[in-house]
Amino acid sequence: MTEPNLIITREDWSLHRKGEIDRQRHKEKVREAIKKNLADIVSEESIIMHDSRKIVKVPIRSLHEYRFRFDYNKQKHAGQGDGSSKQGDIIFSEPRPGQGQGKGAGDEPGVDYYEADITVDELAEMIFEDLGLPNLEQKKKPEMASDALEFRDIRKKGISSNIDRKRTIMEAIKRNAMKGESGTPAITPEDLRFKTWEVTYKYESNAVVLAMMDTSGSMGPFEKYIARSFFFWMVRFLRTRYNNVHIVFLAHHTEAKETTEEEFFTKGASGGTRCSSAYKLALEVIEKRYSPSDYNIYAFHFSDGDNLSSDNENCIRLINELLEVCNMVGYGEIEGPYYYTSTLRNAFKKIKNDKFTCVTVRDKSGVYPTLKKFFSLSPEQSENQPGSSL
Amino acid sequence: MNPHEEIKLLEKALTLISAKAKEFNLDFYDMFFEICPADIIYTFGAYSMPTRYSHWTFGKAYHKMKTQYDYNLGRIYEMVINSDPCYAFLLEGNTLIQNKLVMTHVLAHCDLFKNNIYFKKTSRNMVESMATAADRFRGYEFKYGRARVESFIDAAIALQEHIEPRDLMKNVKAAEPDQGQPCRAGCPETPYDDLWSIGDDTEADTESCANKKIFPKEPEKDLMLFIVQHSTELEDWQRDIMSVIRQEMLYFWPQMETKIMNEGWASYWHLRIMREIELDESEAVEFAKMHSGIIQTSRSRLNPYTLGLKIFEDIEKRWDQPTLEEWEKYGRPGGQGQEKIFEVRSVDNDISFLRNYLTRELVEDMDLYLYKKAGYDWKIVDKEWENVRDAIVNSLTNCGYQYIVVLDGDFNKRGELYLKHIYEGDELDVVYLEKTLPHVFTLWGRPAHLETVLDDKPVLFSYNGEKSSKRFL
Repeated sequence: MTEPNLIITREDWSLHRKGEIDRQRHKEKVREAIKKNLADIVSEESIIMHDSRKIVKVPIRSLHEYRFRFDYNKQKHAGQGDGSSKQGDIIFSEPRPGQGQGKGAGDEPGVDYYEADITVDELAEMIFEDLGLPNLEQKKKPEMASDALEFRDIRKKGISSNIDRKRTIMEAIKRNAMKGESGTPAITPEDLRFKTWEVTYKYESNAVVLAMMDTSGSMGPFEKYIARSFFFWMVRFLRTRYNNVHIVFLAHHTEAKETTEEEFFTKGASGGTRCSSAYKLALEVIEKRYSPSDYNIYAFHFSDGDNLSSDNENCIRLINELLEVCNMVGYGEIEGPYYYTSTLRNAFKKIKNDKFTCVTVRDKSGVYPTLKKFFSLSPEQSENQPGSSL
Repeated sequence: MNPHEEIKLLEKALTLISAKAKEFNLDFYDMFFEICPADIIYTFGAYSMPTRYSHWTFGKAYHKMKTQYDYNLGRIYEMVINSDPCYAFLLEGNTLIQNKLVMTHVLAHCDLFKNNIYFKKTSRNMVESMATAADRFRGYEFKYGRARVESFIDAAIALQEHIEPRDLMKNVKAAEPDQGQPCRAGCPETPYDDLWSIGDDTEADTESCANKKIFPKEPEKDLMLFIVQHSTELEDWQRDIMSVIRQEMLYFWPQMETKIMNEGWASYWHLRIMREIELDESEAVEFAKMHSGIIQTSRSRLNPYTLGLKIFEDIEKRWDQPTLEEWEKYGRPGGQGQEKIFEVRSVDNDISFLRNYLTRELVEDMDLYLYKKAGYDWKIVDKEWENVRDAIVNSLTNCGYQYIVVLDGDFNKRGELYLKHIYEGDELDVVYLEKTLPHVFTLWGRPAHLETVLDDKPVLFSYNGEKSSKRFL
């Protein structure tokens, strides 16, 4: 037997990118999967309760690598003890429902989730991708700015994803031509040209959003939860998309009052319901602080619709008044476990105005469609959407 | 230490280690060691090979492994490839003593790759074959679109474990031309019928039965091969992808079925050889720490390193110093420990290794047990050594994959595919099963059925291209 050859080397692996590329593709698929499930994710409790930097776990079902496999839960498995194991010893216990997170992995046999880590900000970006403020108009004093990126410069240094191929090849050809040769030579680092962007500010009109929420006794935990998740995303959306948009929080039962953002999301109240009180207060706020000639005004109201029926006529009148000064008025009615026949929604059927949008939310997954409905852009508007030029 | 110096030191150590390994009769190929940064080692780990085709599932595996490494939760010290010459990759940043251990470990892996019977027919040029296949796949992406190729690979890998590795042992039978089937009607049906027909193929073939045509003739375990050969829907590039994936699985199969032996063998030799090498005090401590990390046991799963090592050590002891009983009953003269473990590494795979050498003493000494889910708890249900041994051996059957065969490639006389899971007591995961059948449909191009057993009743799952259905038979 001849002596085997033994060699030790160290190579330059810096160009080996396969793992990274496939990892990126996997990440893309995770994002696609999340997008398909946005309706479920948007109203996920664990997300609403988190702050933005935090990473949340999003359950995804579509990224399993399906194949035939045994039912793990029904099989016997082998393990190794420390020498003192006895029959009947518990190796480990799964969380019981009701403990910890409640519904989740492991509860339903055979259904396990693949979870993706994602920050709330990333998630928000996906949710808001095609959303904007509808019917936005140019008002007198512009102070609302949003960022936009424009590629309008070419430089010799840059990041490789931004290589301007055409110009780079042109440079190579030019360099070659100066030597009196034809054709395209190998590209050298000096030939490289990169597209570079500049941040520009796009000024948009001022906007104010009036967030109105019913906090009366008939609003149970479910109804409040729905209203809050809607406003949670709305506030987040407005803050990330527009640099300068005012948000006014109005909570009401039989009386309405302006609250801070924190109070709005945390405080519970009780009592009867008189929705007109909120509308009246909204009109006052507009009159005192936000002149329609200077501001785009949006009013959104969430309620379970269980309004004092004597108040309904009042509400219709006030909504019509609001519509005169607002770019849009949205009313979301949360259909709780009890079914009311004479809800505010039925009363609002009389209102015929393009700027009025009425939505019914039946369950958690209704929050996302509601967002989409309230904040959908007209086609010409979405073309001018900040960031969409990239 | 500068990199050049490091390599010099490693070379010196390797010369010493390999000389020791030779003294102990380890027999390995030429060895190429490469020092790689973590992300490269982890890429190789995720793909099981440096040159494999590209797919998001590998990206997912890589992401998982890399994250664990980044959080310091796990570490791969090395990666070795069954090839000639043998390639091995060392993690950049390993200390010299870590690398010494890893190199001895790797030499023993290579010795087993080279000498174990189950590896006799594996291709030793797989690094190159995989690279050219990956190139072709990339070409298909250009030509047919990435999404199409990707989703086809999604479907193909869903069935990739369903191959027939024993064809590696036999001489692969040439594809038989489709002929009329011999009519067996009227013959007594006993499990031994096939014995009588050995050698009289020609006679059987002549008496074709006109009205009953079974296809395939025998239940076919190699689903991948069957589909490649008989699917009427696949395009050439798709057949190529399936064939490549099948070949790669055939290549990996011997490693899967000798996992415990392989790790046990390598651990046995890193202990043995390192004992022969002089270590200073701090090196000895570091070595001991690393070794104990490798053989750390777990309550919920078996550590192949520990299990394999224990068995090899036990075999050596029992053949070196047989008990009186062993001496009388088996005529074991003693002093044959080394000879015996080399024999075992040549002729066994995990199944025979455990069945023959996992003794009562070992099961009890290692405190092995079986556990099962009861309500929300996973509890120890059995400690009887034979039950434990048999359950482990059973779980290794077919490398732990379900035994599924093609019963009929022309089911319902409409070219539908009828698969049967050979039920041996373990039920299939129904959710996964119902999601896998659409993949089978993609590959076969026609409705796909799978017969299995749930709650002791035979049941047939079907997918017709639009929806899944299930009915008890």
